[in-house]
Amino acid sequence: MIVPEPCEMVLLVQAEFDGELDAAQAATLQVHRAQCPVCQAAALELTQARELFRELPYRTTPDAVRERVLAGLDAARPKPALSPAMSLLSSRFHSWRHSTMGFGLGAACAAAVAFLVLSPAEQSLTEQVIAGHVRALQPGHLEDVPSTDQHTVKPWFDGRIDFAPPVKDLAPNGFPLQGGRLDYIGGRPVAALIYQRDKHIIDLFAWPAASGLKLAPEFTERNGYNVLHWVDNNTELWAVSDVAPDQLHKFVSDWERSP
Amino acid sequence: MPTGDVLALSHNDSFEVVVLPHLDAAHNLARWLMRDAEAAEDVLQDAIVRALTYFPTFKGINPRGWLLQIVRNAAYGSMKVNRGMQMVPIAMSEEDYSGATADIPSGDDDPEASLIKARDHCYVRQLIAALPIELRETLVLRELEELSYKEIAEVTRTPIGTVMSRLWRARRLVTQMAAQKGWKG
Repeated sequence: MIVPEPCEMVLLVQAEFDGELDAAQAATLQVHRAQCPVCQAAALELTQARELFRELPYRTTPDAVRERVLAGLDAARPKPALSPAMSLLSSRFHSWRHSTMGFGLGAACAAAVAFLVLSPAEQSLTEQVIAGHVRALQPGHLEDVPSTDQHTVKPWFDGRIDFAPPVKDLAPNGFPLQGGRLDYIGGRPVAALIYQRDKHIIDLFAWPAASGLKLAPEFTERNGYNVLHWVDNNTELWAVSDVAPDQLHKFVSDWERSP
Repeated sequence: MPTGDVLALSHNDSFEVVVLPHLDAAHNLARWLMRDAEAAEDVLQDAIVRALTYFPTFKGINPRGWLLQIVRNAAYGSMKVNRGMQMVPIAMSEEDYSGATADIPSGDDDPEASLIKARDHCYVRQLIAALPIELRETLVLRELEELSYKEIAEVTRTPIGTVMSRLWRARRLVTQMAAQKGWKG
């Protein structure tokens, strides 16, 4: 079945097909679909596609593979004496280096760092920084210390937080500093620096990183908010805003370049 | 539709209980990403060991998505390391593809019916395997692993809008390829 002309609603037809629309959205779509041959054809095509896939028997893991993988898992298990998380980590890196998986230590470390960013624990951090950002946008909640002067903002954190957050003014780059506030992310007090871009607010959350590993900026979009997370100078940094992704990337690269 | 798998971890929920039930899904994704049985097993092994390493930091939400994310990372890492190998044209492993050709013979005899069925499955797998990796992983996670858009977005680190358009393109490509070969459902 060839769909003659593109219709931007076909992705919604697909979403309904996949059970991803709520009742109201589905009702709206229904009205459109009744008069759109493209979307009617799309619905048919989706059904045909699914018939192809759903007939495939699910492939389970052959017993031999399962046994080998579980044996490999046992070999990689930590020695009972090493219980704290960090020594567990380092012993694991060690065993990776001697494993036969063809991973260099560098690759393993890079992968480990990448993974640390991707874990669900971190996803909830993403949600927490977005929540912190949204909360702060409520009237009167944005800054604890409203100031465009980094030399006012930075000392304000003294005694309020157990580290000195990196405060930079990016007014020359079009991201003037607006102030700072305390926030609470991931079970610890963190510094939030507020920057402005046109009418948009960019929150930059900062707290000490758990390890010395660096991390290049990782982009995430969630509910219309853009998030860039990176680790530099032993500091976890999260920039959150509703500015366009390229603006946020510019903010982060300007911030990184700024002394 | 099996999604979510949200559960709260208690202290005696072990790696075996929480993570290993998803070994099939992990292996399946590894096979679709690597398209080679041996490479997939290496990736699975690597991913399971990584999962054990990070299990202490796992918060107990959606272990299947968590494991699939690790598998995907391991697979992409392995492809990066062995970039040369990935340039090899698609070859299904023996278990997937035991000599049947892509041209499906016509025939309605009962004894042949099951053979034809097996070849059909094999053919559809070839079509999926021929997709570019970003379309392939999206399609596999949706149609074979039945993940929600949100879960796919998390596993593949991709905005949901992109997941939707990739899924759409993947489905269209497979149905179109099937139609071109005169394959009828």
